[in-house]
Amino acid sequence: MTSWFSQHLAGLQDAWRRLVASPLNTALSLLVIGISLALPAAGWLFIDNLRLAVGNTGSLQQVSVFLADDADAAAIAEVERGLRQAKLGSVRFVPRDEALQALQAREGMADLTAGLPRNPLPDAFVVEADASPEALEAAVKAFAELPKVDDVHLDSAWMRRFDAFLHVARLVVALIGGVFAAGLVAVTFNTIRLQILAHAEEIEVARLIGAADDFIRRPFQYYGALQGALGGLLAVALVTAGGLLLADPVAGLAALYGGSFSLHGLVPLEIAALVGGGALLGWIGAQISVLIHLRRLG
Amino acid sequence: MIVFSSVCKRYPEGREALKDVSFEIADGKFAWVTGRSGAGKTTLFRLIAAIERPSSGGIVVNGQNLASLGRRALPYLRRNIGLVFQEQKLLFDRNALANVLLPLAIVGLPPRDAERRALAALDKVGLLDRAKAMPVALSGGEQQRLAIARAVVNRPALLLADEPTAKLDNDSAADILGIFREFHRVGVTVVIASHDPRPIPGVEPQLIALEQGRLLDTAASAAPVEAAQ
Ligand SMILES: Nc1ncnc2c1ncn2[C@@H]1O[C@H](COP(=O)(O)OP(=O)(O)OP(=O)(O)O)[C@@H](O)[C@H]1O
Ligand SMILES: [Mg+2]
Repeated sequence: MTSWFSQHLAGLQDAWRRLVASPLNTALSLLVIGISLALPAAGWLFIDNLRLAVGNTGSLQQVSVFLADDADAAAIAEVERGLRQAKLGSVRFVPRDEALQALQAREGMADLTAGLPRNPLPDAFVVEADASPEALEAAVKAFAELPKVDDVHLDSAWMRRFDAFLHVARLVVALIGGVFAAGLVAVTFNTIRLQILAHAEEIEVARLIGAADDFIRRPFQYYGALQGALGGLLAVALVTAGGLLLADPVAGLAALYGGSFSLHGLVPLEIAALVGGGALLGWIGAQISVLIHLRRLG
Repeated sequence: MIVFSSVCKRYPEGREALKDVSFEIADGKFAWVTGRSGAGKTTLFRLIAAIERPSSGGIVVNGQNLASLGRRALPYLRRNIGLVFQEQKLLFDRNALANVLLPLAIVGLPPRDAERRALAALDKVGLLDRAKAMPVALSGGEQQRLAIARAVVNRPALLLADEPTAKLDNDSAADILGIFREFHRVGVTVVIASHDPRPIPGVEPQLIALEQGRLLDTAASAAPVEAAQ
């Protein structure tokens, strides 16, 4: 075992000992850190689930391609080939008669259509697309160029608004995350300040008998990082518990909309980010505190 | 080796604790620093360990000129000096063994080696059976011996002890001085501050006598204790 490794291990052990030495203080700090990490994490997860839930309903991204009145069978086949080549999703042909029947089936529409001298509706294709808004826009332009295509209707304004909403929501979560991250750094800063005061005697003696600054700082840095990491774990637990509590009501809600949807929780990468981020922020808070307060001790 | 040349030390409040002090302690010597309370003994030690800086004059310790020693080099100077503080400065939140382990942790000795060496140091001062005792549970003499164990565990070439026998009865004081004599025998330079230096069998001490910050009669400083009293 190298001296470098054993010194860091000793620093870590020392930090752990100091954490468990005052369980109540530690528990309170962890709660504050855990909550301040859990809130942005929960927001992030909520947005992600919302995106998936809305994406699940599918019918939103629907491209209707209306054909010209004089399109014959050959032209229709030609358009269909073009649509399929785009590989956006399922392509369905809706003959004008079927469209009219569908219209008449709607409440209140039967009377209205009954008086029409002839079927005013064109033949059409409906493309159920699973693609980004940008790709859809491009496809719409391309479809409009196809021969015997009269009009292309993209039913995605709602989708665009929803995307914009998600974007703003993510920004809000990021801002909240930033504010709470600063809070975490501040909490650690103060915890370490108190720790340094509590260990003033030990610090003095260690310096007098030849401790370098690194030796004195190390346990405090590890303390901050360890506290942040544990706070991150607590945040994971809080978010996961919240998800479990919400699972049933959400499934019920989805059933009301005629679908099935189950909340997804934190993935391993997100868990690692919470724990690692907590550790990093804790380390930063400790480092700032140590630089300021150890200098003050002389 | 310790060399003081024309050292003055004035504390910020204005009191001059040392005035134009010059002396030399060769390697392997046993030296007494004596003088009444307030004469400047502790100040002299603090200057040797670079805990304080001289107001003027030069100090060389272990071949290093302290004036040119940067902040980063300080820890390494101190690791080669065993310091027994007047007020001992034991850590009361941990047991005797843990107190002795601190200097070894500072130099980064792996835990197993450190424990072996700490126990050996406790053994040397006769505290092996009190290794797990908390300092509050130790008698005054035992605390003093613990402070010595902590000072010597890193095997320093120079041992400074500030009033190590002040609060002890005669027998205990003799025990403690016996420990210092052993270190002196194996070549460690030993410097002890005391207002009451005693003869130690088999040791020819150097005497550094201070009075209100001034060195007394430098000619006598190499004479044995009896001559100075
Ligand atoms: N940190 C300090 N600030 C200001 N003055 C000090 C400081 N330390 C010591 N002094 C003064 O310097 C003088 C020498 O003090 P020092 O502690 O060196 O004496 P000493 O010989 O060790 O005394 P004692 O035998 O009582 O321990 C005293 O007058 C003391 O008041
Ligand atoms: Mg003194």
